[in-house]
Amino acid sequence: MLPKATPREELLINLRAAYARMWVRLRGSNREVTGLVAEIGLPILTIGAYVILYRAIGLPPTAGAAVIIGGAMIAFWTNVLWNMSSQWFWERESGNLEMYLVAPVSRMSVLLGMAMGGSVNTSIRALGIVLLGIFVFQVPFQLADPLSIGLVFVLTLVALYTMGMLFASIFMLYGREAWNTANLLQEPVYFLSGAYFPRIYAPVVPFALQVAGSLIPMTIGLDAIRRLAIYGESIATIWPHILALIACTLILFPLARRALNYMESLGKKEGRLTLRWQ
Amino acid sequence: MKRDLSIETKSLRRLFKGIPGKGDVVALDQVDLEVYDDEIFGLLGPNGAGKTTLIKILCTLLLPTEGQALIKGLDVVKRASQIRRIINLVSGGETPGYGILSVKENLWFFSQLYGLPRDFAKDRISKLVDQLELQDYLNTRMSKLSTGYKQRLNLARGFVNDPAVLFLDEPTLGLDVLSARHLRTLVKDWIRTGGKTVLLTTHYMAEADQMCDRVGIINRGKILACDIPQRLKTKVTGGATWKIEITPNLSELESLKSIPGVVGLSTTDNIETGVTTLKLVLEEESVMSDLLSKIRENGSKVLNMGKSEPTLEDVYISLVGTGME
Repeated sequence: MLPKATPREELLINLRAAYARMWVRLRGSNREVTGLVAEIGLPILTIGAYVILYRAIGLPPTAGAAVIIGGAMIAFWTNVLWNMSSQWFWERESGNLEMYLVAPVSRMSVLLGMAMGGSVNTSIRALGIVLLGIFVFQVPFQLADPLSIGLVFVLTLVALYTMGMLFASIFMLYGREAWNTANLLQEPVYFLSGAYFPRIYAPVVPFALQVAGSLIPMTIGLDAIRRLAIYGESIATIWPHILALIACTLILFPLARRALNYMESLGKKEGRLTLRWQ
Repeated sequence: MKRDLSIETKSLRRLFKGIPGKGDVVALDQVDLEVYDDEIFGLLGPNGAGKTTLIKILCTLLLPTEGQALIKGLDVVKRASQIRRIINLVSGGETPGYGILSVKENLWFFSQLYGLPRDFAKDRISKLVDQLELQDYLNTRMSKLSTGYKQRLNLARGFVNDPAVLFLDEPTLGLDVLSARHLRTLVKDWIRTGGKTVLLTTHYMAEADQMCDRVGIINRGKILACDIPQRLKTKVTGGATWKIEITPNLSELESLKSIPGVVGLSTTDNIETGVTTLKLVLEEESVMSDLLSKIRENGSKVLNMGKSEPTLEDVYISLVGTGME
């Protein structure tokens, strides 16, 4: 009889799988330089339009800085949607999903690898967007407490990519609908998160919109980063944001795990797990 | 000497939801199968016979509706994660991997899904690359490989964890003659290393005949026969196998099949010459006179005819009723 893998062996194999999947994402995304240039250069056009608009209507330069951070954070949402949520669809179409399912690794470790690779990749792009934005539009930033900014940024990414893992799990059996759903979630979240507003939690933004936006970790993280990096607030004023981001992760991660297990067994039962051309 | 069972299915049944109002589709129906260690077992059957469904259940990709499937004594439903450590799957016509990564990078990636330590993985990949003659393409992106080389890479991926049980689902599909021969030799050499099992599905009778220790013939979800190729062939020699060349093509093939005593019939058309070769399995030779009359009635001329040694294809024809084509 074949011996069962020990917990240590299980952990090791899953860590190796997560690392390998992260490596694939990093290597794959950065091999084509045109993609990197486009992903940094193109968002600047939309960001620029808002910066110029806010200047034209006489808002303070901090509004432009807020939009640059918002534009950089949008890169993460786009990555979560197209490279996490709908990823199983692409993996299935290319025949890779079958290989993941036949391998002795948890699908969560594969998603974790995708998330780690995606967040590192997108951070490079986001940094490029911020630097290019500062250089082109000369907007003010206050980096008095970079550690707090770093902490909030990391917590935001963790919560955001955990949400991506949940979406990926839910969309596991999706066919073309995965593409359409990602499309459906793109623009509304750009709007709800207040990425292009100077502030989301402001009297001018309807309360219902603020509540809806708060369901997305990016909104909370973005607001906290803006407060720290632009409006000169300290970590003492953003602790509710930190708690909310931690809570998001703690709720979303087990949900993602359950959803993945459920969808995988449903797929095996219905025979839809490796069905192509849906 | 009693050999160890590697794969076993007991009354395995799998249903799929059919078109509304038409009822469920039976993909596998009470399949009982035993495959042993050190054996290459071939599964032959037409499209939709249930071959891939069976492989998917054994690979833990699909749940059975009823019955049980075991790999090395472990239930595929209850012990899936344990089974995944010792199996691998190679499907012909599939090219898993990432096009933007090189051959070496893809193989390294897949080795990590089995937790192979870095140096160990490196050694194994190096050996596989040599065996599959991929040395010159080690740093070539997968997207730039030809179909044959992509399939070699796919096969190398299948061997990367040195599985105890390897599932090959039509592995030579789309390969040229030389590549297919190379692949067959490799699999046969690998099985000789001991303690391995291969379950192979194929459309190519000659491939099954050449490679497999035993063959199962499956149609409409049922295993119709299961034995070593030689014994299967002798089972049909009780009757007679004939090869008849006719021209022009028969328009009414069904009329030949309906002649009492015709067990099975397959045809191959040569478009260039307009000659059709009929392969027939007959219960007894006396059926031949009725058959020739029917061919003449249809306006076709017999160019050549003769008895032939039974092949695996004849076995298949006699059991399924038609050829693979």
